[in-house]
Amino acid sequence: MKRLVGIVGVGQTHHRSKNTDCNGQELISIAVKRALESAELTMADIDAIVIGNMDHFESINYVDMWSVDGSGGYMKPIMKVTTGGTTGSAIGHAGFYHAASGLFDTVLVIGWEQNSESDTTAAISTCFDPITEREYSAGAIGPLAAHYTAYMTKYGATEEDAALVSVRDHNNAALYNGYAHLRQTITVEDVMKSAYISYPIKLLDICPRSDGACAVIFASERKARKITERPAWILGVGDCHILVHLADGIGLANLPSLEIAARQAYEMAGITDPFNQIDVAELYIPASTAGVSWMEALGLCEEGGGPRLIRSGVTNMGGKLPINPSGGVLATNPIGATGLLRIGEAALQVMGKAEKKQVEGAKVAVATGFGGCFWSDITVLSSLPRLD
Amino acid sequence: MEQGKEAVKPLSVRYIADMPYNYHAGYYYSRFLRELRDNKRIVGVKCPKCGKIYVPPRIVCRDCFVKMEEFVPVSDKGTLLAFTVTNFAYTDTTTGEQKKIPFTAAFIKLDGADSNIVHCLDETDEKKIKAGMRLQAVFSDNRTGDYFHDIDHFRIIEGM
Amino acid sequence: MEKVGIIGVAQTKYQRYNPASHAELAYEVTSKALEDAGLTIDDIDNTVTVCNDFWDGRTISSMTITEATGSHKSPTTNVEGDGTYGALMGLMRILSGLHEITLVVAQSKISEGIPSVITNAMFDPIYERMLGLDAINSAALQMRSYMAKYGVTEEQCAKISVKNHKNAKANPYAHLAMDITVDDVLKSRVLADPIKLLDASPISDGACAIIMARERTAKRKHGKPIWIKGVGHCADAYHLGDRDLAEVDALASAAKRAYSMAGIRSPLKQIHVAEVYDAFSYMELMWMEGLGFCDRGKASAMVDSGLTEMNSALPVNPSGGVLSAHAVQVAGLARIAEAVLQLRGEAGGRQVDGASTALAHGIEGACGQGHCVFILGK
Repeated sequence: MKRLVGIVGVGQTHHRSKNTDCNGQELISIAVKRALESAELTMADIDAIVIGNMDHFESINYVDMWSVDGSGGYMKPIMKVTTGGTTGSAIGHAGFYHAASGLFDTVLVIGWEQNSESDTTAAISTCFDPITEREYSAGAIGPLAAHYTAYMTKYGATEEDAALVSVRDHNNAALYNGYAHLRQTITVEDVMKSAYISYPIKLLDICPRSDGACAVIFASERKARKITERPAWILGVGDCHILVHLADGIGLANLPSLEIAARQAYEMAGITDPFNQIDVAELYIPASTAGVSWMEALGLCEEGGGPRLIRSGVTNMGGKLPINPSGGVLATNPIGATGLLRIGEAALQVMGKAEKKQVEGAKVAVATGFGGCFWSDITVLSSLPRLD
Repeated sequence: MEQGKEAVKPLSVRYIADMPYNYHAGYYYSRFLRELRDNKRIVGVKCPKCGKIYVPPRIVCRDCFVKMEEFVPVSDKGTLLAFTVTNFAYTDTTTGEQKKIPFTAAFIKLDGADSNIVHCLDETDEKKIKAGMRLQAVFSDNRTGDYFHDIDHFRIIEGM
Repeated sequence: MEKVGIIGVAQTKYQRYNPASHAELAYEVTSKALEDAGLTIDDIDNTVTVCNDFWDGRTISSMTITEATGSHKSPTTNVEGDGTYGALMGLMRILSGLHEITLVVAQSKISEGIPSVITNAMFDPIYERMLGLDAINSAALQMRSYMAKYGVTEEQCAKISVKNHKNAKANPYAHLAMDITVDDVLKSRVLADPIKLLDASPISDGACAIIMARERTAKRKHGKPIWIKGVGHCADAYHLGDRDLAEVDALASAAKRAYSMAGIRSPLKQIHVAEVYDAFSYMELMWMEGLGFCDRGKASAMVDSGLTEMNSALPVNPSGGVLSAHAVQVAGLARIAEAVLQLRGEAGGRQVDGASTALAHGIEGACGQGHCVFILGK
């Protein structure tokens, strides 16, 4: 027997490269307050809290305990979930499970990061085995870059294909998303002229690191219907964490973790024809190259079809399946929050509350999460409690 | 309470802590490192059920979930699967200093192995590197049981 | 709450230094838990790992044990908190209706890092960290507050150490099993006054795994499922100065929730055995009060009367508790594992006869800021 759970509120901070005017707990409280306001709830209505970030970015141990002033966790059930870059989506799923279990009705999920407080790449590099992989794995960037060289070799994809993704996401952020960190209008030429930071990834191909927080409120069906007219129902969840040795994942042209996670979530949600059934997607694309090579994993095109899909323009705003109306990760990346932002943005779309970013008539949305260790999570959301 | 009209400039606190770790190699890596140091040999471990050979060696076969115990040598030659030339500096968490750039990370399938390794290539011009090239490990004369320096780097032996 | 049963448990022997890597340790305990449950990895349809980036010295610490725990074969997540929280997540995943059998694995190798540096990182980086606070000296503040508020003596706290280390002699997994006296404790080296060496838990490498399943699957797969009757978790304020360190309100709140679910109105009468997280001797006294075994400030009197010894009203920590084996993050899950063994009647020399309801408890953060309580039954 599966319980229906819906998202009833979303809040986020205005993401910046460096938030010098508030500390971590204050940053969290801004997102929390906005989420509560969006759902017209107070902290007293919250039954449990899940929080996540990546420890080494702020160097705080037991963040769930530290956060209580900002997260509202004082004298409440609170726990921390962290899985690396997928943290944001993992906490979203954790919030879903809290509510779906029947033990808690209204669950507040908080993802946050103050990436400016540390050396991001150095911190991420510590995920790789210190004895056999760490030395030459440059954080999230190096492996992502190498991964695309395998896709380029196998399918003839190019750097220009990737540049189109960068242009799409950056311009979406500039046009539609007042919360985004980077709001730049760029061209393919701008991307191609930018310097290589790790071949073939150039400066305008890679996500920034941001300070920011996001809060999403999940509620059990009964509660959700009382709180808002149009909850974003969670129809499918999938998690696939498969790599221990990073090198095993690089050298493959595709992303098996996303493929497997997508299969789980699609089956749960009843999606058999992703390209036609999904109205909008908020995808965790940390580098433009990923926006080309991961499309087939989601079943949006045939194998090797990434370049064709991107060049066709169907993933742009106004196209058949807009991807990242918010600008995605390339525009905003507070790592612990990033995956949750995808879920939050997708929820806003099917709730009809995405404002300038709104894709008209969006009823079914997909949100993905990704981690520098090549893990993937996926969530299918809809304004309909069922797809059939 | 009324706040002063002049904005107070926010402060920040600088905090640098040494957090030393003594990572335990465990039985499998210990054998791997000893073979590199003492015998200039790269060893993997073989699954008794499916026969896959994993380098670096580890306790459990990913597919069969059985314990592996048979160590087998693999070639010091392999194929380049993917690579990147990293050209931005960041802190090396082992030394605390900035990484020396550029460096080329090479993801390699050694002949005889069914899993991949990552190491570095002595070429940093991406125009001269292509996935599919054949590489060979170059061992250092002064080996101490540190994988990354006992194999000093990989060099291209053919395939442009 | 739908019935979910624990059908497999395993622990490694806790020791100061285990040369096995994280993956090797995790594989050992996962294999043992599967064996205990009579299952293979293919029967597991989702996993929860419990790993902490600081203790493991890497970000995405759960990555090290993904394959070793079979977490790559099914949906998985990682809880970064005490093992009891991981067990709670495992439970919720089954209750959601999406999964049937959850494997929960917690591991840590404390010997790899420096505990005082790692626990110093719990404290506020702006106001508190530079004071050099860590797990031990903050606990010393709490012990002092508790003793001052309720007139508890160091001797009374020492009795907990004596009891638990002695109980550990019947626990083949324990790190420190020994016969000591109150005098030994009082004379042991002061770590941070009033905490002495024998008031403190050791630092252990180790791992624990449990397997839980939905009722019909649990009954089908295993002869003796141990049912989860109730669970609750709650966190107190963060800054030590924002709390009354001598009080246990967060624990009481967590316990209230768990008791209410499990139908426990008189803990002392209805609970037959309790495994609590005694990271320090005085903590066992405080947790007894938070769990409602006695009134606030009265735990020492209960201990003086021997009411928590083996073969008494309510044996607490027959396994020797955390004082006898402390693999951080693992120890709470180990409390659940021990409680399961008790209820199965498989606790060997540490068996509490006829136990049919048990309590397992874990803590999180400095001075037990957070608590998670499980009630288990036959």
